[in-house]
Amino acid sequence: MTKRDLICVSCPIGCAITVELDDNNEVISVTGNTCPRGDKYARQECTHPERMLTSTVKVEGAKLPVVPVKSASPIPKEMLFDCMEEINKVSLTAPVRIGDKVIENILGTGVDIVATNNAL
Amino acid sequence: MRECDLVVIGGGPAGMAAALKAYEEGIKDILILERAETLGGILEQCIHTGFGLHYFGEELSGPEYADRFIEEIYKTDIDIRVDTMVLNVSADNVVTACNNFDGLLQIKAKAVVLAMGCRERPRGALSIAGCRASGIMTAGTAQKYVNLDGYMPGHEVVILGSGDIGLIMARRMTLEGAKVKAVCELMPYSGGLTRNIVQCLEDFGIPLRLSCTVVKTHGKDRLEGVTVANVDKNLKPILGTEEYIPCDTLMLSVGLIPENELSKNSGIDLDPVTNGPVVDEYRETVRKGVFACGNVLQVHDLVDYVTEESQIAGEGAAKFIKGEKEYGGYISTKGENGVRYIVPQRINKATDKDVKLYFRVGKVFRNVKLVVKCGDEIISSKKKNKMTPGEMEYVPIKLETIKALPENGVITVTIEEA
Repeated sequence: MTKRDLICVSCPIGCAITVELDDNNEVISVTGNTCPRGDKYARQECTHPERMLTSTVKVEGAKLPVVPVKSASPIPKEMLFDCMEEINKVSLTAPVRIGDKVIENILGTGVDIVATNNAL
Repeated sequence: MRECDLVVIGGGPAGMAAALKAYEEGIKDILILERAETLGGILEQCIHTGFGLHYFGEELSGPEYADRFIEEIYKTDIDIRVDTMVLNVSADNVVTACNNFDGLLQIKAKAVVLAMGCRERPRGALSIAGCRASGIMTAGTAQKYVNLDGYMPGHEVVILGSGDIGLIMARRMTLEGAKVKAVCELMPYSGGLTRNIVQCLEDFGIPLRLSCTVVKTHGKDRLEGVTVANVDKNLKPILGTEEYIPCDTLMLSVGLIPENELSKNSGIDLDPVTNGPVVDEYRETVRKGVFACGNVLQVHDLVDYVTEESQIAGEGAAKFIKGEKEYGGYISTKGENGVRYIVPQRINKATDKDVKLYFRVGKVFRNVKLVVKCGDEIISSKKKNKMTPGEMEYVPIKLETIKALPENGVITVTIEEA
């Protein structure tokens, strides 16, 4: 059995979480979290770590040259840079509205990249 | 002269939440004055997520969080002037402002909410030796370049200060292909949220060097490198520990200063620790009818708390305008033993609600008791596993406790061994 100490990144509180893992890296217990998100994060982090990705994409014809985007849900941590490459290939034309899909199912992750501000 | 029930100075998260709350409380004649081109304040450039978990129960980016409030404001008839600079707030609540559209504006307000936010401590406040090469900027300036202007300010970066904006920018620059060589922090602990150390530095293998500072910048036209050195317990650089790090960009994330020039010129008392106005439980300053909220009052780490605080100020302003705000004597609040300050600094004895006392600690504490006292009487005592200077804390005080305290009493928040 091994123990892993984590800081939950689900929200800015940053709970200190301890995860007990068995020899097959299966989670036995999660302690120290103060909400269900912490439990979910800890299990995920010990098996398939994921992160939210935020960036900007080019936009033509708006007041500003870029519009911010995010992954609609977390994506596998090891794919962050590959996803950045895809995001940097995109160029949009105004108007763009909050929630507009910018890339559908980025690199087969099942996660969409969506706009997080209006570009009018 | 134009007359108005409520003038809100600043259209960021604080100003918008205060205006909406006052509107909800029945004050319809409201004017928001905003210096930038749009409402939203600094949230517009904070494109990372993590906003709104407390208030909306979802994880939003800064612009999305701001948009929720902007949309609400557009549904009301709250009047907005953007691109407008407020020049003065007089002792009788005449607000003087100017813009290209109206020229000079003078508005006589029944109440004013100060929501001007804060700005970053600049290089000049640090006395770092070296030339004025380009490539040295605050982390927030770099954030604006990258996230709003679509412009990369450099390729090889050193960040001085581990405030949240610096940490967020370390990740942002890395994702955009820059090499962040180190984050140097003068103090022996980080000034940012723990989650940001994890997901902005550790995730990308960016070293955080504690008790370390930049002592010299190199380069004439463009920055070529910085010399860093470790510091002793008096925060003085230790001779012989200097190390040269080549870089073309130095970002500073070394603290935020509430923008209180207007408050100061208006003669409103400031707290020397928070650098924000002294306020009561409704965030009313020592000037009747003038309220303050958000980062102009105290620097926050979570916008959700800014919203909450600003709603209190908006409610207070509405009560004042309607003549419903009661005034009695004041109880004052005080931090001790590592509790650096308390907001609000005083509580009206005639108040009608429970009060949360917000504070920050001066160093990292582990396994301690947070004790609230009035004289020798203990009001509450709570075990705390960890408190850090980077994270704002609060402790609630019940209305009946306030009512039972003597006038001119002092509530002390202190830290004791567990």
